[in-house]
Amino acid sequence: MADFQSLDVVRRSASTEIPPQVRVQPEIAKLIDVSRCIGCKACQAACMEWNDLRQDVGYFEGSYDNPADLSPATWTLMRFTEWEDPKGDLEWLIRKDGCMHCADPGCLEACPSPGAIVQYANGIVDFVSENCIGCGYCIKGCPFNIPRLSQADQKVYKCTLCSDRVAVGQEPACAKACPTGAIVFGTKSDMTAWAGERIDDLKSRGFDQAGLYDPAGVGGTHVMYVLHHADKPSIYAGLPDNPQISRLVQAWKGMMKPIAMAGLAFTAVVGFMHWMVAGPNEVQPEDEEHGRKVLDEKQE
Amino acid sequence: MKQPPGSLARYTTMARLNHWITAGCLILLALSGMALFHPALFFLTNLFGGGAYTRAIHPWFGTVLLASFALLFIRFVRHNLWERDDTRWVGAIRHVLANDEEHAPEVGRYNAGQKLVFWSMTLLILVLFASGMVIWDVYFFPYTTIHLKRVAQLLHSLAAVLIIGIWIVHVYAALWVRGTVQAMTRGSVSAGWSWRHHRRWLRETARERGPTKAA
Repeated sequence: MADFQSLDVVRRSASTEIPPQVRVQPEIAKLIDVSRCIGCKACQAACMEWNDLRQDVGYFEGSYDNPADLSPATWTLMRFTEWEDPKGDLEWLIRKDGCMHCADPGCLEACPSPGAIVQYANGIVDFVSENCIGCGYCIKGCPFNIPRLSQADQKVYKCTLCSDRVAVGQEPACAKACPTGAIVFGTKSDMTAWAGERIDDLKSRGFDQAGLYDPAGVGGTHVMYVLHHADKPSIYAGLPDNPQISRLVQAWKGMMKPIAMAGLAFTAVVGFMHWMVAGPNEVQPEDEEHGRKVLDEKQE
Repeated sequence: MKQPPGSLARYTTMARLNHWITAGCLILLALSGMALFHPALFFLTNLFGGGAYTRAIHPWFGTVLLASFALLFIRFVRHNLWERDDTRWVGAIRHVLANDEEHAPEVGRYNAGQKLVFWSMTLLILVLFASGMVIWDVYFFPYTTIHLKRVAQLLHSLAAVLIIGIWIVHVYAALWVRGTVQAMTRGSVSAGWSWRHHRRWLRETARERGPTKAA
């Protein structure tokens, strides 16, 4: 049984227990202001440092992205995009990629193992690795392509939003390390208000489409972006324009479960009822007589 | 094995072993698969040593099943080709369900219901194995897109539910039609059983080989 109370867990994968709801905690959020990011990767270094992760040295793949992708040992990654705006000017878009900590997490929805993925009252979605069975269902559930399966232990890893630091009143390591204030951390309402100021500023400087990325398709997120081109999130290294849990996953984890179980139970019950109504189909003495006759005739 | 006097051989020892290996795999697959399908059934992972072991072993059961069923397929496919009488037999299904087979066409080695089970199993096992490969992330994760994995996952669970349904029908039919289970345990059936349920097969068997040799 999960320790809901002390951890303030509000949702737990593959579980039917209803967690205590009385205590109310403010939701937190990390706000990443893409317009203030200088691409220094201090956040990546801080993440490695705090979480004690070391990605193997890889190969140069023709971009500033280093390493080339998220991995079990890379929970956050700066993704660099060279984008030509409609005026023909080059814009260098740098987005810190990582778990968005969705209010409706697709990973948690898809997870079959009780308590392997939990959502805390403050909004953090956390993987509890001791319960992880390595099936990779969360990878299919995630609309942002974040979780990564480790070949070392067949468990899945992603950003924890430094749940261990947040639990003791500290900000995530990446926010702590950011030298430009592009990553800030606080309550979701404070962060939304701060984002509003930043967006007003960007608009006053000619970025008419500046806005907050807090996508409603996943119930909002606890990692939000200030984008200078919020009308086109996908130009930021494929940030989904309208992320939501795939309908395929919803069908599989939604209707399919009760319908399948009811269908199989129904099939078995129909069998039982047939037995009750028609009874067993038994060989009669005259069948044996006929059968033996056929055999004897052909034997001669 | 010594057979009851006057019985007809229906399944050779190898065919029976082949069948029960397949059956064992299917049951293990259903148990381990349902454990990962529905949270209420997650406790079934305890049968396999926990969640991670269940996840790891499930595809291997599937691999053994595929190989075993392939042999079963080769063994039985020629007896399962659809014939005109099979369609007529399906048309007379309500008589069959009422234990009155006299009003249905005479049946050869397999009736239309058994043939449908055979072909459904064949089709579903192929779908399950193909979709299962796509979501066998330990070995095959890099080779397909996440979108394809989602499609495969849904398809895999749909096919699994269908095959468990077919399995229920298969087992129920074997229990309902008395004297049938013996065919797959001892390998033989009685002359009366053959007359009642597989009359054409009885005649053919009697004509061709005499009563006690295996088919």
